[in-house]
Amino acid sequence: MDDLFNSFMNGPDEKGRFGIYGGRFVSETLMPLILELEEQYERAKTDDSFWAEMDDLWKNYVGRPSPLYFAQRMTKELGGAKIYLKRDELNHTGAHKINNVLGQIILAKRMGKSRIIAETGAGQHGVATATVCAKFGLKCVVYMGAHDVERQQPNVFRMRLLGAEVVPVTSGRGTLKDAMNDALRDWVTNVRDTFYCIGTVAGPHPYPAMVRDFQAVIGKEVRWQLAEQEGEGRLPDSVIAAIGGGSNAMGLFHPFLDDPTVKIIGVEAGGKGVNEKMEHCASLTGGRPGVLHGNRTYLLQDEDGQILEGFSISAGLDYPGIGPEHAWLHDTGRAEYVSITDKEALEAFQFSCRTEGIIPALEPSHALAHVMKIAPTLPKDHILVMNMCGRGDKDIFAVAKHLGQDLG
Amino acid sequence: MTRIDAKFAALRAEGKKAFVAYVMAGDPDYDRSLELVKGLPAAGVDIIELGQPFTDPMADGPTIQLAGQRALEAGQTLERTLQMVRDFRTGDDTTPIVLMGYYNPIYHHGVERFLEDANEAGIDGLIVVDLPPEEDDELCLPAQKAGLNFIRLATPTTDDKRLPKVLQNTSGFVYYVSITGITGAAAAQAADVAPEVARIKAKTDLPVIVGFGIRTPETSESIAGVADGCVVGSAIVAAQAEGKPTEEVLAFVKSLADGAHRA
Repeated sequence: MDDLFNSFMNGPDEKGRFGIYGGRFVSETLMPLILELEEQYERAKTDDSFWAEMDDLWKNYVGRPSPLYFAQRMTKELGGAKIYLKRDELNHTGAHKINNVLGQIILAKRMGKSRIIAETGAGQHGVATATVCAKFGLKCVVYMGAHDVERQQPNVFRMRLLGAEVVPVTSGRGTLKDAMNDALRDWVTNVRDTFYCIGTVAGPHPYPAMVRDFQAVIGKEVRWQLAEQEGEGRLPDSVIAAIGGGSNAMGLFHPFLDDPTVKIIGVEAGGKGVNEKMEHCASLTGGRPGVLHGNRTYLLQDEDGQILEGFSISAGLDYPGIGPEHAWLHDTGRAEYVSITDKEALEAFQFSCRTEGIIPALEPSHALAHVMKIAPTLPKDHILVMNMCGRGDKDIFAVAKHLGQDLG
Repeated sequence: MTRIDAKFAALRAEGKKAFVAYVMAGDPDYDRSLELVKGLPAAGVDIIELGQPFTDPMADGPTIQLAGQRALEAGQTLERTLQMVRDFRTGDDTTPIVLMGYYNPIYHHGVERFLEDANEAGIDGLIVVDLPPEEDDELCLPAQKAGLNFIRLATPTTDDKRLPKVLQNTSGFVYYVSITGITGAAAAQAADVAPEVARIKAKTDLPVIVGFGIRTPETSESIAGVADGCVVGSAIVAAQAEGKPTEEVLAFVKSLADGAHRA
């Protein structure tokens, strides 16, 4: 067991694998680009000036460190574990997405790329990418499923204000996975000047590791912030985060992988319930290993290996796959993965508003719903840290609709 | 020796270039697709590339994406594509068939089981877009061992340093992608393609076939003229999508094949 624990933070291997997951399943046209990206990232990773630039922007542009907040009333109402919220919803642009975007765009600049492309679901990654591109004066093209363009109009408008071109994707079924397909098609066509800024810990190696490294700032901050508030050396007993592709979760989890006393819990979107009708997007609880978008991981798919659409109240979670490192942590048992239904997430959304005055995004509402389930069963000295990875401004219309109110 | 190797040996003996036609298996439905495939050899097609539909064809343009969707909606599966090859083989045991697609349906079927089924059905080679040399252990090496050709794509981004790696475990032929982009996009130019083909041929004895961006008999002729042959896909799939009778689609295929054979 000791050996196993020693190895948890070493992934991926030189083939970009976490166990059997990950890899580089891309067309030949992209392969040289991916190898170049890997080389450049490896160089930047050990370059102090790269991290100095990141630290400066994290502090002065994003507003890091984000607070680690003791949620007193939540804790009292649930009557068990002591609940801390990592406030990544307070970042510039309102979610954790910008942590990663900054890293990738600085890398793109170093590589001399002048055009940035991105995919987006709910629009948070698209907004973050458009924001950083505006800051650096780079051309930005965001691919977004036509259906998501329709239901996320405010974010579409934001991206356009920030100078990005938003391309509604109608290929396939016009969803997040199709937006990713179209971004890959763009990349394959514009290989020379274009950098593909992926929004989650998925895609071909080195993306899952690179995005994780940029998001790991979340968990690293939690380590010292908790020690500050609870005493030197005090680690959380549980860390919990919501998972679509899994970047905010990987960022919180990774710095704790080798601390065996820290229980790690990922919360997937269970939609209407993990059932045979696939009205959910819980890839780990309801999917099987397969290959899509450059990596092997758990996927929602049918008997023929055709990819299925996910379903969730949260547009930020309805991706039919999950980052390969999560797939590996699931199989090894280092992390536990559960699912939460739309209904439970809606209840948690309201609970957060009512008890702490924090309007959460629907994504972390899933994580909070699981906190609400387990906190009452845990002792009062159990410290539970949940990543509040996004704020709910973008979701109030959807929530109003589900609560039977029309905001016009 | 596979049917592909035999075909190239025969073409070489005749001094002819190869014409390869891509069609999507099951588009618009099983029966009409099989009828088209059966007619290809008489229309002058030397090698048939049979597309296996996939929900997420990230290297394909709209024409082939839509063909895949039509096929899937009509109930096409990998199992039925294998059946289509069996049905074709009852009347033709010599025309090589290359299955072209993406890895997930094969992975899901099980690699070992798939290779047995592919051999038994009469498939001769595989082109799997999302399996670069870095992932050779997945399917390429087991396929070669099972006696199937594994045909690799070389592209304009495959530089001299990388080319040997791409050629290393390739067999049957090398598929040179004439453009950076997706299927059915920009037009291929013989002047651009010629030096690239020469660059590849300097490193391999395998035939080099050029695809992407070929739509007309004229381009078919000019591109085949600077390589060992050419592939047309989207233009044929588009003709099929217009709902033309099979004989009209085949007449168009014949004009493309004639172009390549004039070269």
